[in-house]
Amino acid sequence: MSAPTRRQIFETRQRRRANGIAAASTCAVLVSVVLLVPLAPGWEAVQRSFFNAEVFANTFPGLLNAFLLDVAIFAWCAPLIAALGLLVALARDLRTPALYPVRLLAIAYTDVFRGLPVILVIYLIGFGIPGLGLPRPWNSPYIWGSLALILVYAAYVAEVIRSGIESIHQSQRAAALSLGLSGADTMRFVILPQALRRVVPANMNLFVALQKDVALLSFIGPVEIFRQAGVYKSLMANFTPYVGAAIIFLAITIPATRYADYLMNITRRTQS
Amino acid sequence: MPTLSLHDVRKSFGGNRVLDGIDLTVRTGEMICLIGASGSGKSTLLRCMNLLEPIDDGRILLDGADISEPGLDPQPIRARIGMVFQSYNLFPHMSALDNVMLAPRRVRGLTREALRGPCAALFERFGLSDRMAHYPDQLSGGQQQRVAIIRALAMEPEIMLFDEITSALDPELVGEVLDVLRDLRGTGMTMVLATHEMGFARDLADRICFLDQGRICEEGPPSEIFSRPREARTRAFLSRVLQGGMAG
Amino acid sequence: MTLRATSAFCLALCGLGVAAQAQDSCASGKTLTEDTLTIATGNPAYYPWVMNDAPESGEGFEAAVAYALAAEMGFSAEQVRWVRTSFDQSIQPGAKDFDINLQQFSITEEREKMVDFSIPYYSSAMAVLTTQRVIDEGATATIDSLKGLLWGADANTTAVPMLTGLIDPARAPLLYGDNTDVTAAMQAGQIDAALFDLPTALYLSAVVLNDGAILGQFPADRSDNPDQFGMLMEEGSALKECVDAALTRLTESGQLAEIEAEWLSQTTGVPVIE
Ligand SMILES: Nc1ncnc2c1ncn2[C@@H]1O[C@H](COP(=O)(O)OP(=O)(O)OP(=O)(O)O)[C@@H](O)[C@H]1O
Ligand SMILES: [Mg+2]
Repeated sequence: MSAPTRRQIFETRQRRRANGIAAASTCAVLVSVVLLVPLAPGWEAVQRSFFNAEVFANTFPGLLNAFLLDVAIFAWCAPLIAALGLLVALARDLRTPALYPVRLLAIAYTDVFRGLPVILVIYLIGFGIPGLGLPRPWNSPYIWGSLALILVYAAYVAEVIRSGIESIHQSQRAAALSLGLSGADTMRFVILPQALRRVVPANMNLFVALQKDVALLSFIGPVEIFRQAGVYKSLMANFTPYVGAAIIFLAITIPATRYADYLMNITRRTQS
Repeated sequence: MPTLSLHDVRKSFGGNRVLDGIDLTVRTGEMICLIGASGSGKSTLLRCMNLLEPIDDGRILLDGADISEPGLDPQPIRARIGMVFQSYNLFPHMSALDNVMLAPRRVRGLTREALRGPCAALFERFGLSDRMAHYPDQLSGGQQQRVAIIRALAMEPEIMLFDEITSALDPELVGEVLDVLRDLRGTGMTMVLATHEMGFARDLADRICFLDQGRICEEGPPSEIFSRPREARTRAFLSRVLQGGMAG
Repeated sequence: MTLRATSAFCLALCGLGVAAQAQDSCASGKTLTEDTLTIATGNPAYYPWVMNDAPESGEGFEAAVAYALAAEMGFSAEQVRWVRTSFDQSIQPGAKDFDINLQQFSITEEREKMVDFSIPYYSSAMAVLTTQRVIDEGATATIDSLKGLLWGADANTTAVPMLTGLIDPARAPLLYGDNTDVTAAMQAGQIDAALFDLPTALYLSAVVLNDGAILGQFPADRSDNPDQFGMLMEEGSALKECVDAALTRLTESGQLAEIEAEWLSQTTGVPVIE
């Protein structure tokens, strides 16, 4: 490496100064939180209820184990959400008059499922459809609860993909059509690959949200981490298991959100 | 033998009459340059010829067959007519070679293996042999526009339409693209160009059409149009654009 | 100045007057509000613990026990104030807004680390709530048969550990946030059976479920670790001693048993699980 330029030396010094100030002020805030919060009169009670080391140690392994169910539910929902979202996005883009009902259905679907609270859909589908008298195992809350998640999240994903499709300039379509490509091939080889790439960050954020909403399935029976934490809370009359669950969630969602932001920045940079 | 002919073609966008009765015949091997002020309808005319825009009235005949028939499948027609755009419109997610191969593979059903030879020859011919694997954003404007031309040529079209393909280029890159057009002219390709390059049009065109407010106001060989324009509007337009451009 | 002194004197006098009513001064100065016993129940409160979700009526087992206890501690019926809390509210740290909380809290060692419980006021049998369909399909009141069922329970109750302790089902149970969701799942055929305290199970089977049935019970006196309900108080509550003393008197006088007989009498006649 060659000797640093004058500008590099200047910038290095500036950066060091800025880092120093940032570190000092962060420390000051942390220290004051650590010192001041315990001075609050109720701190001891809060600590015993929420940050109880003994309860934490006893429940954390069980919580981790329950989290595997969250991961499994996420793992089978995510690809189905992606597939359904894509289908609906394409259906909303149909211009053939004969297929107008399909398009209408796709529009109604996205409007309805984006307009409902997830938990409501989970209740309605998770208890409602099996209540019609389906035999086991087809009435399983895993199936219908997952379907509820898939329906809601695919509606969001469809909208994101559609916005991606619309963000691709008309000139790309014109260029493809002028070469004699069919409408379907134009979508498949020219528009979609660009559109999907563009919406990766937005979809990443949706999937982070999905990872959290998987916990809502516990309302209709499955004992995943949120429910397991509730059971521990009830047995021990202590909220620490929820803190344990929160830590496990954060360990997954913070890196995932950071990664989505990183992708978003890259996309922004390459587009400008 | 006439290849492509337009008869009383009309086109409006909303209330805006953009093509107002165009009659034009493009003969095999001929090179026609469309000139005219911005907004006079040059791009629209080219897009209508390629069926990217449906026309409101009139007819377009290709080898005698009416291709402007409403309800006709435009796909096979478009495959016979190549088009190159001002803004290149390469597919940014594909390498230069894939850009060129996509349509022949999907429309003409050729395999990559079958296409490799002819495509390589095209890249070679336009001086881009070492750029086949590059992505559009790794190419200069002039290189991108040449790839766009290769992409259209790979479909082996009967007619090529060019819409101001040098307008978006830095001045020093214009030459390399015009050289490509010269090369094509030499092979006898039938071409229609919308252009602001008056010098180029005068040197190479068989015919110049001056468009004004959606009509062909005057047409004829370059020697006539540039030296003895009959219409007052043609004279006004030419004096305006030739002030700077032609001298250099 | 004079006015303020007069009203202060008056207040003191009034206070004395009310205090004079109390036969037992054990609770004095230990309640949230002087001369008022603040009692919490669930939101909503369920049959047969509280009738019609109206504890003020004194009807229902827990409502009746609450008024009997209050009287024993020297509070008149007018001096009892009712508040509502969820389970989570009743265990959250910080000042409580009740003196005692009755909503079928089971006494467990672990819970006792965080809150105080009175001595038990009820020992509940655990009962197997199911539907006629499951019984028709061959489920019987034997542990072996029960093991094969698909189980559900209210996640906030001690039914969860009991399920493992008493039955140890072959498949992992499904858990729910409240009674309503358990019965909804049973109605949807997603679970075969659920474990509840017997009075709750009787209520759900008779009133809530369409073809509900009680398959059998695990009687409290036969269990090593029976489900005993205690009144929940703040950890370190000064009131605990008075409450326990009053409860002891109610038990010894037979009054508690009378109240139980009045409100929870149907519990006999349910087959015992072998
Ligand atoms: N898709 C469209 N919708 C509405 N109006 C349009 C559309 N395309 C073109 N026009 C209008 O048609 C007229 C002619 O446009 P056109 O692009 O054909 O002109 P042009 O001669 O190519 O101009 P330039 O030299 O600037 O490229 C303009 O007034 C333009 O605003
Ligand atoms: Mg134009």
